Parts: sequence; structure tokens; C-alpha cells
Amino acid sequence: MTQTEFLNIVMPFKDKVFRLAKRLLVSTEEAEDATQEVLIKLWNNQSKFEEFKNVEAFSMTMTKNYCLDKLKSKQAQNLKIVHSNYQDHNISLQKDIEIKDSLDWVGRIIADLPEQQKMVIQLRDIEQYELDEISKMLDMNNTAVRVALSRARKTIREKLTNTHSYGIK
Amino acid sequence: MVLNNIEKLLEKYENGETTLKEEQQLKNYFSQETVASHLEMYKPMFAYFKVNQQEQFTKDVPLKTKRIFNYKWISVAAVAVLMIGFYFKSNTQDDLGTYDDPQMAYNEVVKSLAMISTHFNKGASTVNYLNEMDKGTSAIGYLNEIENTRNLIFKPNNQ
Repeated sequence: MTQTEFLNIVMPFKDKVFRLAKRLLVSTEEAEDATQEVLIKLWNNQSKFEEFKNVEAFSMTMTKNYCLDKLKSKQAQNLKIVHSNYQDHNISLQKDIEIKDSLDWVGRIIADLPEQQKMVIQLRDIEQYELDEISKMLDMNNTAVRVALSRARKTIREKLTNTHSYGIK
Repeated sequence: MVLNNIEKLLEKYENGETTLKEEQQLKNYFSQETVASHLEMYKPMFAYFKVNQQEQFTKDVPLKTKRIFNYKWISVAAVAVLMIGFYFKSNTQDDLGTYDDPQMAYNEVVKSLAMISTHFNKGASTVNYLNEMDKGTSAIGYLNEIENTRNLIFKPNNQ
């Protein structure tokens, strides 16, 4: 398999891998490293490509495992991955700032969720995978995925309601 | 009417029972400018999902092309070397020939055997010098004579 062929297979889902990694690892740099690692691993195992029925699902599982490992080792070292994605897009409009702020809130709420719910929300609401695919990727059964999804959505809604009506009610 | 539908969908959504299509409907609804005021808090949630869908991985992936060394070529080379070796070997003359006449062959054998025996005898004759060694040891036997005569002169004390 040539590099271009490989890239053609990998291109469609590399962003998804990156976003899942970022959801779990928070920092952009860590997520980039994780994505690279996953893609390189795929490249090195390309001889086994036929064995994987679904390369995309397989790489998502790989990403999940890699990121959880990473988090575990960071915890063991008593280090925290620090969120430091400094950005300045110079939005001057008040409304834009407000929207950005409320979006940030959602991001923060999701960051507070347990890892499993984070992944389920990421895969379902952002990447829009079917529940069956998610259960395969995360190695959970279908009901467990649904329950995690429901819990995560409810938590987000509750917390958003609280922030939204903060100071009013 | 539409709002009713959306509320129903939202309930299903929170139980994780909506299909992807229905979720798309919700996303479309909440991406509008105006949303029913009691559903306002859902807006950032769906907006967030939409924004996050766009994030891209921009870093390059350093893919190393693995150069796989093909070991079967080693065997090909080995066979080639062997073939060349045999080819040159068969070219050199190492046929010593043979005798047709039995009498002549017999003579030749006798001659070579005789040569072997003369050389063998020459070798064996050098071993004869070992007899000198025996002579030397027998000379040491005379020392016993000295012992006897000494006993005659000095009588042992304990007698």
C-alpha cells in the first residue's frame, strides 16, 4: 500500500480521531500527538488492514484506549494535563462574545463529565455515529451506551439551565 | 404545533432514544435565530456540537515507508554462487588416469609399497637410540654394589 492510498483511507476520519482525543485529553497539543500516534500505528499495521472490518471504528477504539492510557499515566505521575489553548480571534461584537461564552460553558460542562459519558457524547452528538457503532468502538453494550448518553445529556441540560437562569430564579 | 413536536423530540433525546435524523431536526431547529424562550438553554448545547464538528487535525503525519528487505534474494544469490563454484571446479583436470595392464599395475603397487617400507624403516631406525637409555639405567644398578661393600665395612649398629 502506498502512502497516498493509506491517506485516502485515513483522511475521512482523522479529524474525528483528533476531536475524540481532544475531548479526552483537553489540550490541543496532546490531542495532536495522540492522533499522530494512532495514525502511525495504523500505518505500521497496514498489513492487517484486511482483518479489520471497519478501519474507522478500529481507529476510534485505538484512540480511546490510547487516550485513557495517557490519562492514567498522567494521573500516576500526579500531573494534570493543563488546558492552555490560548486563542484570540478578536470578536468585537457583544453578541458573539455572549455566544462564545455560552459555548464555553457547554465545553466546561462536558469536561466535567465522567470519561465514558464524554466519549459517548462526543461520538454521538458531535460525530453522529449510530449507537451500534459506538457500542462497538467503546466495547460497551447498546443499553449501556444509551444510558450513558441519556445521563450525559440530562446533566448538560440541567447545568445549562442553572447557568442560564443564574441570578434570575 | 412545531413546538409541540420539538418538545416531544427533546424528551426522547434526553432518554437517548432519538435517531440521528431526529437529532438533525433538533439541531436545525436550534440553529434558528429565534427559539422558544423556555428552550433557550438548549441553544448553546446544539451550537456547541455544531462548532465542534468543524475542528480539524492540521498537523502532518510523518509516515515512514518501511523498506522491507526481501530475504529470498539471499537464497538466489547463494544458489548463483554455488553454480559458479561448480562450473569452475568442473573445468580443472583432476583425473589421474588408470592402468590397463594388471601386471603393470602390480608392479606400480609393489614399487610404491616398497617406497613406503623403506621410509618406514628409516623412521623406525631413529627409535633405536632409545636402547642407549636402557644402558644408562643398567649402569645405575652398580650403585647397589657400593651399598653392599659399605655394609661389609661398617657393620650396621643394630646388629
